[in-house]
Amino acid sequence: MANQPLLQVTDLRTSFFTPAGEVKAVNGISFNLDRGKVLGIVGESGSGKSVTAYSIMQILAPTGKIVSGSILLDGQELVNAGEAVMKTVRGNKISIIFQDPMTSLNPTYTIGHQLVEAIRLHTNRDKKQAWDRALEMLRLVNVNEPEKRMKQYPFEFSGGMRQRVMIAMALACEPDILIADEPTTALDVTIQAQILELMKSLQEELGMAIIMITHDLGVVAQMCDEVIVMYAGSICEQGTADEIFYNPKHEYTKGLMRSIPTAETAGSKLQPITGTPIDLLCMPEGCPFAPRCANAMKICLKHPCERMLLNKDHMSACWMNVKEGIENGVIEPEETKGGEEE
Amino acid sequence: MSERLKEENPLLDIRHLKQYFNINVGSFQRKPLKAVDDVSFSIRRGETLGLVGESGCGKTTVGRTVLHLYKPTAGEVIFDGRTIADKADVQYLRTKATMVFQDPYSSLNPRMTVSDIIGEPLDIHRAYRNKTERQEKILDLMDRVGLNSEHAARYAHEFSGGQRQRIGIARALALNPEFIVCDEPVSALDVSIQAQVINMFVDLQEQLGLTYLFIAHDILVVRHISNRIAVMYLGKMVELADSKEIYDHPLHPYTRSLMSAVPQPDPKIARSSRRIVLSGDIPSPLNAPSGCPFRTRCAYAQECCAESVPEFQEVEKGHFVACHRIKEI
Repeated sequence: MANQPLLQVTDLRTSFFTPAGEVKAVNGISFNLDRGKVLGIVGESGSGKSVTAYSIMQILAPTGKIVSGSILLDGQELVNAGEAVMKTVRGNKISIIFQDPMTSLNPTYTIGHQLVEAIRLHTNRDKKQAWDRALEMLRLVNVNEPEKRMKQYPFEFSGGMRQRVMIAMALACEPDILIADEPTTALDVTIQAQILELMKSLQEELGMAIIMITHDLGVVAQMCDEVIVMYAGSICEQGTADEIFYNPKHEYTKGLMRSIPTAETAGSKLQPITGTPIDLLCMPEGCPFAPRCANAMKICLKHPCERMLLNKDHMSACWMNVKEGIENGVIEPEETKGGEEE
Repeated sequence: MSERLKEENPLLDIRHLKQYFNINVGSFQRKPLKAVDDVSFSIRRGETLGLVGESGCGKTTVGRTVLHLYKPTAGEVIFDGRTIADKADVQYLRTKATMVFQDPYSSLNPRMTVSDIIGEPLDIHRAYRNKTERQEKILDLMDRVGLNSEHAARYAHEFSGGQRQRIGIARALALNPEFIVCDEPVSALDVSIQAQVINMFVDLQEQLGLTYLFIAHDILVVRHISNRIAVMYLGKMVELADSKEIYDHPLHPYTRSLMSAVPQPDPKIARSSRRIVLSGDIPSPLNAPSGCPFRTRCAYAQECCAESVPEFQEVEKGHFVACHRIKEI
């Protein structure tokens, strides 16, 4: 079982049942995470990247439910495992840093109290040891004057400072997997560099795996070994960072890469993706990206494309890949179910 | 400020701007927080000046003080040759210079319809003769920012972030301003939407001949849109140069670390580039260090840096730096 991935997610489907109907926030995604690897999940807001994280932790809002699929952590099934099992998983094995540092700390308790609470809940340290550990963690995340800061309340902290406290809390128990949900979005670049460097060094030191959820492709390029690109609840492209950045195959990924300002674009026009992200309540029949895709074909509007393995490091779900494959003679037209409709 | 910039007859000239806030420190004690401390710069007509820096460095305060949303503690704001001093000047400034705010969620009144939000500046400055003209102007503005005119009667919560930012921009354009302070206008938006809004800023500038003060923390975005970039640290301006120059050849140690900290959307560059990671945090502006504000985190700091504030001087043509040791490092 040495080659078993640390985390194995198979065909995960999570829906929110709202008065307006079922919102398929995560719509059949599969991926593996190996020990000590950094996996990036990128996508726009509403693409289901945070819901994926919340599904793994099973901290979904009351209206949300994992409809089907499996999440294996070290061979242990987490879907329908029950709250007792999840309590041993959360914090100890998988920790999460939230997107919004403003609301993820309790405003009525001091920072020290909250850190000590988290540490004592998951380890055998007594109050004094937990306090020392909390101080150590605050120093690690570059909080000035930690002794003074421990006695302060969250409102006395800036947004960036609060996020550092969250990171300290998440790393205090040395989890196997750290889910970082937009961890540096609220931070300044110099602080972001510090935090990313810190996460990277801790990751190498402890052999912890990180799931990095972000919309910042720069952060992904810097941190991640593997990248998943999500759109409207599905994975549209997956591969190593190099493959995704230098050889994007899905039209959405290509669009994302074109829309970031770089040295070459200065003074000229950016090429944005037209339109707005789709409404998850009325999903189109075919590929979810087809309504915004400049190269959409007839088949794209009718059938969603299955994920295809392009090479051992790269998967994509785009009919354009099939078209290219046929043109290059790699794929026989009969092999694809909808090929004749093109 | 140098003679060179004065000669060019700038649209906006800021001289020795200071903005102090009195903060309670303990009972009965008040202390000035120097949010902006002696900042001078000018913006040419039709130019985009990018303003970058960490949160708390005073970049937003500069934007707001320039528009006299805060009354400056000291210093001059000269807009189009007119020094803004009394109430009438401020009134004049408000019709010529407007602002686009960072958060498209909290900067729009949830109880007002889109047409009322965009029409509010028109109402305040009585910029129409009758209701038909008001409505025409509103629809024209909505069209200009790519909003569907059918949406005029809707409320802000019915729109996505990108569309809300468009409403905010339409409101800023209502009085045909010449100058817009853009305070982090795209940082709350998704990458694909961000590109749409940035393109719109560029288009509007070309069509209407606008001048921007573009405040942002995303250096890639600022470099894309700006002609020149100014870097602020702890209420002071530390470097100002053409955007390409400052990105490729930053001179101030702070700018160097700032530029190297930008995450590059390219794995090979990101892996190979050496980041200059600053230790520590930005000091509190209440207890700002003596002399050079950056000296507590600077690798090159010496005794002279603690003694006096470095002068903001032109070291190359159009390239201003405030550093004592600029010649040595």
